[in-house]
Amino acid sequence: MSTPNPTGSVAGNGLKLGVLLMATPLLLWLVLLVLLPHIDLLMVSLRERISYGKYEFSFVNYIEFFTEPLYWNTYVRTATMSILATALTLLIGFPVAYYIAKVMRGRAKNVLFLLCLIPFWVSELVRTFGWMILLRESGVVSHFLQWAGLVDGPVEMLYNDVTIMVGLVYTSMLFMVVPLVSVLDSLDDSLIEAGYDLGGNAFTVTRDIVIPHAMPGIASGCIVVFMLTLGNYLTPTLLGGKSSLWFTDQIYTQFITRFNWETGSAFGFLLLVLSSFIVWLGLKLSRQTLSDTVG
Amino acid sequence: MADQFDLECRDVVKNFGQFTAVDQVSLTIPQGSFFSILGPSGCGKTTLLRMLAGFLEPSGGDILIKGKSVLGVAPNRRPVNMVFQHLALFPMMNVADNVAYGLRRRGVDRATIKSRVSETLARVGLPDAGPKQINQLSGGQKQRIAIARCLVLEPAVLLLDEPLGALDLKLREHMKVELKQLQHEIGTTFVYITHDQSEALVMSDQVAVMNAGRFEQVGTPQELYYRPQTPFVAGFVGESNRWQGRIETIADGRATIRLQSGGVIYAAADQFGMSGQTVGQEVDVFVRPEAISLERQGQGTTNEPGLNHMQGRVENLLFNGAASSVQLKELATGHDMNVALPQTGAFADIRPGDILDLGWKADQTKCFPAVATKAASQTDEAIA
Amino acid sequence: MSKNTGSLRTTMLAVSALAGVALLAGTAQAEELRLLTWGGYAPDDVIEMFEKETGIDVEVTLSNNEDMISKLRATGGSGFDLAQPSQDRIAGAQKEYGIYKPMDMSKVDTAKFIPSMLAATKTNTTVDGDVYGLPHIWGTSGLVVNTKEAPDVKDYTDLCNADVAGKVSYRLKRPTLIGFAFAMGMDPFAAYGDEAKYQEILDKVEQKLIECKPNVKTYWEGGDALLNLVRSGEVVAAMAWDTGGWKLNSDNPDITFVAPKSGALGWVDTFALPRKSKNEDAAYKWINFVMQPEIAAKITASAGNFTASKGADAFVEGQLKTQFQNSFPQEALDNIKWYPPVPAGLETLEGKVLDRVKAAQ
Ligand SMILES: Nc1ncnc2c1ncn2[C@@H]1O[C@H](COP(=O)(O)OP(=O)(O)OP(=O)(O)O)[C@@H](O)[C@H]1O
Ligand SMILES: [Mg+2]
Repeated sequence: MSTPNPTGSVAGNGLKLGVLLMATPLLLWLVLLVLLPHIDLLMVSLRERISYGKYEFSFVNYIEFFTEPLYWNTYVRTATMSILATALTLLIGFPVAYYIAKVMRGRAKNVLFLLCLIPFWVSELVRTFGWMILLRESGVVSHFLQWAGLVDGPVEMLYNDVTIMVGLVYTSMLFMVVPLVSVLDSLDDSLIEAGYDLGGNAFTVTRDIVIPHAMPGIASGCIVVFMLTLGNYLTPTLLGGKSSLWFTDQIYTQFITRFNWETGSAFGFLLLVLSSFIVWLGLKLSRQTLSDTVG
Repeated sequence: MADQFDLECRDVVKNFGQFTAVDQVSLTIPQGSFFSILGPSGCGKTTLLRMLAGFLEPSGGDILIKGKSVLGVAPNRRPVNMVFQHLALFPMMNVADNVAYGLRRRGVDRATIKSRVSETLARVGLPDAGPKQINQLSGGQKQRIAIARCLVLEPAVLLLDEPLGALDLKLREHMKVELKQLQHEIGTTFVYITHDQSEALVMSDQVAVMNAGRFEQVGTPQELYYRPQTPFVAGFVGESNRWQGRIETIADGRATIRLQSGGVIYAAADQFGMSGQTVGQEVDVFVRPEAISLERQGQGTTNEPGLNHMQGRVENLLFNGAASSVQLKELATGHDMNVALPQTGAFADIRPGDILDLGWKADQTKCFPAVATKAASQTDEAIA
Repeated sequence: MSKNTGSLRTTMLAVSALAGVALLAGTAQAEELRLLTWGGYAPDDVIEMFEKETGIDVEVTLSNNEDMISKLRATGGSGFDLAQPSQDRIAGAQKEYGIYKPMDMSKVDTAKFIPSMLAATKTNTTVDGDVYGLPHIWGTSGLVVNTKEAPDVKDYTDLCNADVAGKVSYRLKRPTLIGFAFAMGMDPFAAYGDEAKYQEILDKVEQKLIECKPNVKTYWEGGDALLNLVRSGEVVAAMAWDTGGWKLNSDNPDITFVAPKSGALGWVDTFALPRKSKNEDAAYKWINFVMQPEIAAKITASAGNFTASKGADAFVEGQLKTQFQNSFPQEALDNIKWYPPVPAGLETLEGKVLDRVKAAQ
């Protein structure tokens, strides 16, 4: 121990170099695809168009955001709806995951798991159109309800917040179920049995044993679903119709329709801040750390 | 009458599809006793225990706790608690919370919980472990916490499913004694599952030997060891030398058994009256290693009537302190034998290749009517 | 199960890797014309004929006005060799972002164009003395109406009538603002140069659109989505392009394009050269090729709109002509309001109005 070991130090250097080499693609990816675009976004968001091709440093884009209630409302609404969608996905996904991980055995388990994947064999656009075909006034569900005599005339089920929610939850389900299944799968059955044996019932065992164990999976599922929902564009705009009001739609409009990259960038940046803040808050509240969740 | 038994099973059966895992098991366990169920892997021990705990419904028969049938009563409403094979301590809670878990479920008030928990922790010898996390405990400490977690609920019966299985040998030996002591102190009825006969013999008041879903024999450790009633028990509990043969004559209170490999073994005739064995009957013959006395070649008393006499060549010395033994090949028949070495160290100098005289009294020979080949091979497996 | 999720992860990785490879493979090497255009403007049979005649591959990217400008702006005018923005959207975008390069009129066979249309487009797309656009396809937006279900819809504002409540649709885009302004008796085009006046008009339109919102089933985004809505009967009157109405008319004679009383809005889609066009020659070849009357007629058949090619009408099939004449009696034709170039800054004002309409409850 006291004398330095030459082979050891060589091995140490080699190891460091190896780690560095392995980390290079990751670093490149981080810098080129994550860091630089965001710095650029920040720069663009901090300038104001003066005239044709002339720009000046200014906070006007952010001021605009805070002074225009429409943007504010859309921002808050998007956040609230995303949180709600995440909660609903968790609420629906948890029993599904529990069923797959703890109740099903053997082949049926894999089959059920694959079933959760099926919606993802088609693109989000196709999936959303699928919902539209089902729910529109002249769509399958409406026809069925009329045929069954439950309603008198055609019913429109598209273009409202409930439909947006359904679409969002459906789209996110897999990203909730996968981490939950893997974390529940790692829960020893005997812990659940011990819970019952010591006098617990379904509710207390779930609350005291299953959920604490599943917490890292819940947190990572929620983070992914929340981010996806917050950043979703197609589902809210297509299913929401005339009142969808989604913040990404605002960003898209600013960039593409208005050619207003400055405001668009500011909005993009604000969305980033929002999602980071809510994820941080969620982790704090659930007493998880990011490393628990990712690991 | 019934409530002097804490636990009673009547003809309990459990089928998994075509397969019968537990077959017509009946037992009665008196209050405060340490009851073990001993059997080879896969014989249905866990299945039986899970029926007692309520995780499985029996396909037939009845289970009574304190004289009341508990069929259809959910596990969380039965006055029994279980220590799981891998303990199943809750890693998301600290030790105190683990122990307090059951009391909380019963809605016991905080102050009582607190005092009961520390009382119980003290009782299992870990008074300061409360704030520790589960992963900070050693194997033996976990063991004690798992038991404390059940004991704090003062169950009528504590069910233990091979709780020492995961421990290393030394700790297991230690925990055996400790567990027995603990049970003795608190007086709770223990139902203890194991496939390790020494655990069962050391700890239990009563042992049920289970094989292929059935109880072969229920009795005290001494009864099982000295008076096994089935060849399975004779083979499974303790070590035995085994032969197969046929009863040739019965005379002078002594039966002569002709072995398949040649040779002759004498047995006391009185055991035959009871089991109805008669001349011509095929029998399995068991002799305990420690029942056989050793002499140096030519020094044995060969002509004492009724004394079995054989000669063997030393193959192997299995030195294990006080439990040392020697493996021999019997000269006449080539049969492998295992004989305990006297603890005096008198035979410390024997070497492989030495010839020794072997002898044992006729009444040390245990005979059972030969079992069908299938059962026989199963018992062999069990011994191996 | 953990094995399962493992294989899932592997699949996801494999899929993204494949996507990466596909992206790389996309950069093929042959003489090609990268065309940024609208659906139907470059039908397969025309592309095939062009490729046979010139040996140039045509790679088509479908787009719309805003998307074209955004794409070219993002790349500084590279990535495409020829674009087809509307004539009113060229001058402003050019001044602001400099994404186009001037047309070399010597390389264009101007004799193939309808002279009045060529002259008008040149005027509208001239920036600092250079011409940036040539007319290609023109058409109008107005009303697509199921005349049986909604016989009273004659103008944009009629979409707000109670008898069609919940069964109308329009886009939340600038044409809607302009159309409503005209129908409300104002002239937004005349106010293009006067921001204050224009804002005044917009305020009134905003008011109207917010009042009208409950009448709207949904604000449509894609043309196909709208056609589906009308075809299925969920929508009986909508603001849309003429060609959509005619397409539906072929299936259901009750549905047709109606030129609104206050005037259909006339647009002309052009040819414009992106500033960093790599294959300008191919672009001119394409322009001269598609302006031949027979070819132009094929494009009319595919896009549903008429072209600026002189003499192409003769080759257009009868039905479309009839539909056109039914929708556009002479006075309606004379009443078409052609979009003047959009001055910069208006879109910001309009954008805010559209936002507020969208946000209104
Ligand atoms: N759910 C089940 N379905 C079908 N067969 C089962 C089921 N549970 C147990 N068995 C079968 O019942 C038999 C007894 O199982 P059990 O778990 O009770 O054995 P055990 O005596 O506890 O063995 P070990 O000492 O190895 O734990 C085994 O053959 C097993 O395969
Ligand atoms: Mg077991």
